[in-house]
Amino acid sequence: MVVKGLLYTKDHEWAKIEGDIAIIGITDHAQNQLGELTFVELPDVGKEIKQKGELAVVESSKAASDVYSPVTGRVIESNTKLEKNPEIVNDDCYGAGWICKIQITDKGSTQNLIDAAQYEIYLKGL
Amino acid sequence: MKLVFDKSVPDRRGVTITRSDVATTVNIKKEFLRDKPAGLAELSELDVVRHFTELSRRNFGVDTNFYPLGSCTMKYNPKVTERIAAYPGFAHLHPLLPQLRGGGMLTQGALAVLYEMDMLLREITAMAGFTMQPMAGAHGELTGIMIMAAYHHSKGNKKTTVLIPDSAHGTNPASAAIAGYKVVSAPSTDKGVMDVDALKKLLNDEVAGLMLTCPNTLGLFDPNIKQICDLIHSVDGLAYYDGANLNAIVGKARPGDFGFDIVHINLHKTFATPHGGGGPGAGPVGVTQKLVDYLPVSIVTKRDDGTYALEYNRPKSIGYIAPFYGNFAVILKAYVYILMLGKAGLIRVAENAVLNANYVRIKLQKHFEQAVKAICMHECVLTPSKGMLDSGVHALDVAKALIDRGFHPPTVYFPATVHNAIMIEPTETESKETLDSFIDAMIDIAEVAKSDPERIKASPLTTPICRPDDTAAAKNLDLACL
Amino acid sequence: MPFIANTAEQQKQMLAEMGLTMDKLFSDIPKGLLCGQLNLPDGLPEQEVREVLAGLAGKNSIDLTLFLGGGFYDHFIPAAVYSIISRSEFYTAYTPYQPEVSQGTLQAIYEYQSTICRLTDMEVANASIYDGGTAMYEAMMMSLRITGRNKVIIDTSVNPIYRVMIESYTRNLKIELVQTHCATGLVDREQILAKLDNDTAAVILQNPNFFGCVDDFSDIAEAAHKKGALLVVSCYPISLGILKTPGSMGADIVTGEGQSLGMPMSFGGPYLGFMATRMELVRKMPGRIIGRTKDRNGNDCFVMTLQAREQHIRREKATSNICSNEALCAMTALVYLSLLGKEGLRETAQLCADKASYAYSRLTAIPGVKSHFKAKWFFNEFVLDLPKDAADVIGKLIEKGFAAGFPLSRYYPDMKNCILVCVTEKRTKQQIGMFAEALESVL
Repeated sequence: MVVKGLLYTKDHEWAKIEGDIAIIGITDHAQNQLGELTFVELPDVGKEIKQKGELAVVESSKAASDVYSPVTGRVIESNTKLEKNPEIVNDDCYGAGWICKIQITDKGSTQNLIDAAQYEIYLKGL
Repeated sequence: MKLVFDKSVPDRRGVTITRSDVATTVNIKKEFLRDKPAGLAELSELDVVRHFTELSRRNFGVDTNFYPLGSCTMKYNPKVTERIAAYPGFAHLHPLLPQLRGGGMLTQGALAVLYEMDMLLREITAMAGFTMQPMAGAHGELTGIMIMAAYHHSKGNKKTTVLIPDSAHGTNPASAAIAGYKVVSAPSTDKGVMDVDALKKLLNDEVAGLMLTCPNTLGLFDPNIKQICDLIHSVDGLAYYDGANLNAIVGKARPGDFGFDIVHINLHKTFATPHGGGGPGAGPVGVTQKLVDYLPVSIVTKRDDGTYALEYNRPKSIGYIAPFYGNFAVILKAYVYILMLGKAGLIRVAENAVLNANYVRIKLQKHFEQAVKAICMHECVLTPSKGMLDSGVHALDVAKALIDRGFHPPTVYFPATVHNAIMIEPTETESKETLDSFIDAMIDIAEVAKSDPERIKASPLTTPICRPDDTAAAKNLDLACL
Repeated sequence: MPFIANTAEQQKQMLAEMGLTMDKLFSDIPKGLLCGQLNLPDGLPEQEVREVLAGLAGKNSIDLTLFLGGGFYDHFIPAAVYSIISRSEFYTAYTPYQPEVSQGTLQAIYEYQSTICRLTDMEVANASIYDGGTAMYEAMMMSLRITGRNKVIIDTSVNPIYRVMIESYTRNLKIELVQTHCATGLVDREQILAKLDNDTAAVILQNPNFFGCVDDFSDIAEAAHKKGALLVVSCYPISLGILKTPGSMGADIVTGEGQSLGMPMSFGGPYLGFMATRMELVRKMPGRIIGRTKDRNGNDCFVMTLQAREQHIRREKATSNICSNEALCAMTALVYLSLLGKEGLRETAQLCADKASYAYSRLTAIPGVKSHFKAKWFFNEFVLDLPKDAADVIGKLIEKGFAAGFPLSRYYPDMKNCILVCVTEKRTKQQIGMFAEALESVL
């Protein structure tokens, strides 16, 4: 499932841009591949991150995947609800399963993201 | 089954402890003492023996079941090696004895074992020198990469990457990363061997080396192996041989002759030392002449008068990898095994390992898919047929169904490059009759998968427990009973 | 052919069924790479190989009365230990990848993890590392990972062999190893506090230390934590029968050598590296971990868990490259401690301390022989100053049938006349008396 209005990366992250804040999460394709999440390693608030840098780690019983930052900026909030209930990411990856919020410091970085239609085409090709 | 702590009864005593024969009772300052004794279980000797005997009966071992775990070489562990390792002359030897003046002469038998093992392994692999220190295969890999780094450092080379196929065992990239290198994936062809053209494109001055196992994790011998080693040498890189699959070629071909510079051997695989439920193992590392100076110290040498000594004076050595000479008792068992097989026996090992794996592969080819339709070496990789997959029967289900038929499953989901991989390594110590019953069981599973897939997915039905919840285990951590 | 079941006839039959020949099976190997006959001896039948090896075993001296420790000890091993761990269902099994047929190994390792925690007062332990030295190295790497810093303080009272190992492992890495010097037998707090700063990932100490001296590191734990650094303590498990635990001192990671828990000295291995930590750090701890869970029918069972940190899943981002560890040795430790029990371990530790104290009085009564360090309290090892070169004295005592101790100048160049003497519960009053007489006679 792909949600319109969000931007995507080929590493299966999504970004919702609201002004100069980006809300980040992983896509339905990613959560499906991983299986039920057992742990999410959230980024520290204040962490400076470049686009494609290692932002977070999501773990299931059989895999651990890096979440790469779709944008360049600074982490301003992490979804601490995921600490006790990582499975929220599986249930609602585009909504309540958001991972963190980033203050974008390089507006240009959003140009490298693809839109929902392009992401859907990319998924079909996999 | 109850835990050992659940069976504890206050004041119950087990083994009888000796009585003090000195008048002194030391009362160490209270601040340095624990406030109450450690919460260990209090059991009688019979309680302990029954508890562990019962536990042992919940295990499959090579001695109880056919154990065709691909990449693990679960061959028979000769009992004579256990007996010899228990000889007091070996078991009761303190490792620091050679550090005492005259102590070397007190340990000549043990030093002889280490020295002779070095010589034997050199001949078997065509290497110029060995260290026995690494205590497992992965430990050997790390040691080998550290030698690689020391070599490049002393030559003033600026190397940052190591090339590793994505079909490789996870310890390969992990070892390279721990030693400070970046891992670059070397792709395979659809035939499952290294893509030499792609490899050529990856070569540059930053490449420190390449890590390979041969045959590879699909059980295939790469016919371009010599060319691959030559290519790595062309950028002054070093070729590392992961010896996990040596059982396929031991006595027939030698990694040194292919051009490898560094090799590790898994004594608990190729040389029949017991796996112990996950160790102890041993991973001796061999190197070519140009790398001998970098080997860890100490090294056992032989003097002109035939006595053995420990040599520490090697200025280019990478230092100590282990506290002493390696897992001596494991090395000893492997030494005994090699002495018993001798030159003729080793060749028969490889021949029968390869024969048995192909026998299984060919007899199952109508019922399972082969990852690569070709002669394999000591292990073959199969996948469930399309029909099985369509019924929802995956590699894991085949594995669990084999348990009900009295077999330890093969390795599943490795290599990761093959979906639903089932990697079967029978080893040479299994008889045709055992292989035939395994083949019959696999065929039975394939048929039941078509007619009644739910029964396969419900297995195993004959074991005390069935399909543990891995997700709950990782989410609701219960890692100790305190 | 030894251990190969199929007869020549059966091999022929199988090849015929497959439509192949032995040469065809190896046809992927280029002809030029086949090695031909190797220069190896002919195989020996079992009877001969036992004679040869008995001959080699006979060339090793095990008659010396051992007062030699240095991290590896001659302790009493109950007969039941060997009976249990030599059950082939345990030792011929492999890594418990299939939990349904490995509940024996899995439950035993879970019990082992629990036992290590109870011994050290920590919350979670892994399934083993290769030995005490690699365990210390892994603890150091874990501290670097957790803090993101790259400086480590390590005292000279920590086993020198382990310090050489750590220096060897970190040569190619950007890690700053800072050494503090032990002069009195106890770690110098002033030195440690002077070096401790916001770049320090860990302070690594040992109790009892290599010299046998006993300490309480609670103050150092507090100081380290104030700077955001971790305290790593390497310990001697038998001593924990009576000594204060690293956990209660505030250690963040505890490691050590488990050989003294039922394993023979075996000239170097196999040994047992144990490692334990606090629950909040568990995801950063390397090694296998066994967890308890339920199966699909609600039965309690055991599985390998948190595998996503390990090499077979995480590959180059793994917490460690460790795969095979020392599982059977971990089980040995569990069986040993189960046979001794709470009281048995306490009694054993007390015996070691009592006999060592007696030996200390006998030996320091010899004219010219003094305690080297001022520190008063030791467990079962102590350092003596001899009036002559220690290496010579040791050589002479070997001729009299004693392994007198460890000559410290090997690793501490300014301690030429010093010897590290060890006494375990296996040494009798008579042996200690004869040792004292022999020492006096060679001085």
